[in-house]
Amino acid sequence: MTTMTKKQNDFLDGLRTTAPVLPGAIPFGMITGVTALNTHFDTLAGIAQSVLIFAGASQLAMMNLIQDQAWLPIIILTVITINLRFAIYSASIAPYFSNTRWYQRWLIAYLLTDQAYALSFAHFLRTPDMSPASRFRFYLGGALAMWVVWCAATILGYVLGAGVPPSWSLDFAVPLGFIALIVPGLRDRASVAAACAGGSIAVLAHGLPYNLGLFLAAICGITAGYLYETYILKPASGEAS
Amino acid sequence: MQPEYTWLIIILAGLCTWGLRLSFVEFHHRIQMPEAVTRALRYVPAAVLSAIIFPALLRGAQGGMDYSLLNPKLLAGIVAGLIAWRTKNMLITILVGLPVLWGFQALLG
Repeated sequence: MTTMTKKQNDFLDGLRTTAPVLPGAIPFGMITGVTALNTHFDTLAGIAQSVLIFAGASQLAMMNLIQDQAWLPIIILTVITINLRFAIYSASIAPYFSNTRWYQRWLIAYLLTDQAYALSFAHFLRTPDMSPASRFRFYLGGALAMWVVWCAATILGYVLGAGVPPSWSLDFAVPLGFIALIVPGLRDRASVAAACAGGSIAVLAHGLPYNLGLFLAAICGITAGYLYETYILKPASGEAS
Repeated sequence: MQPEYTWLIIILAGLCTWGLRLSFVEFHHRIQMPEAVTRALRYVPAAVLSAIIFPALLRGAQGGMDYSLLNPKLLAGIVAGLIAWRTKNMLITILVGLPVLWGFQALLG
């Protein structure tokens, strides 16, 4: 009985931690649904793309390229480059899920989003004594909620069509949510260095094709954080590992 | 009429995206990651999310980049950063940040 409550608690904790970011996904999902309608996807394809791909920015890019009648390999390569960051998230969060079953890992991977990753990773860092099973349930609580909201918002956008005026700038909710995700975590200078480097390189390289600027910026930002920690913070703190 | 190859594209894009997400989650336990890589990966959230945020804040109304300090999105982003720092609350950051953006757009647009 107590284990049952414990299991539910992990799941609900994950859900509660993710709840504040869920509204940010609604406008983004709706835009994706509207774009599917404008790309002349039928209802099934419009919904299936959100279920099968489940990565908003790449879905929007994919549909833009389909509208431009781009060559199929170009479309797939674009989707891959935009989503390369998921491989980095995957590497970053993998150690916390090392004792899981294969079907759990497949599900974890399928549900990996910016939000699910960032919130779970922050929680796992804060609570190092969590068991792998608890971590899985915590992750699932948040990640599944993101999935439900994303798919529902896509369907809503597809059904309502272009009912939401662009002047409301509701898509701005996405960067706002991301700001709230990282700002509380910028407690040490190495993280600030990573954020500044990643952000600046992304701005400088935004003109690169296929969103490659994002990947380049990610690599530079991670390197900057690591170098700052290794060569500036470490010598100052003496022999401490 | 939906574009030709739509389903093929969706399924391929879905499989590739899932493969990227699965990559290290699946193979992590079979390869020993160097300690340096593990430490570097701690900076992933700050680096990647900033790389998404910064260009989004500098995007102008016409789609290109607007580096002016009076760009409403940049100003709203700075206010949102302060709110997030003080409250640590995502919902408040979004619910206050959007009207702040509308205010700056009305004032400066």
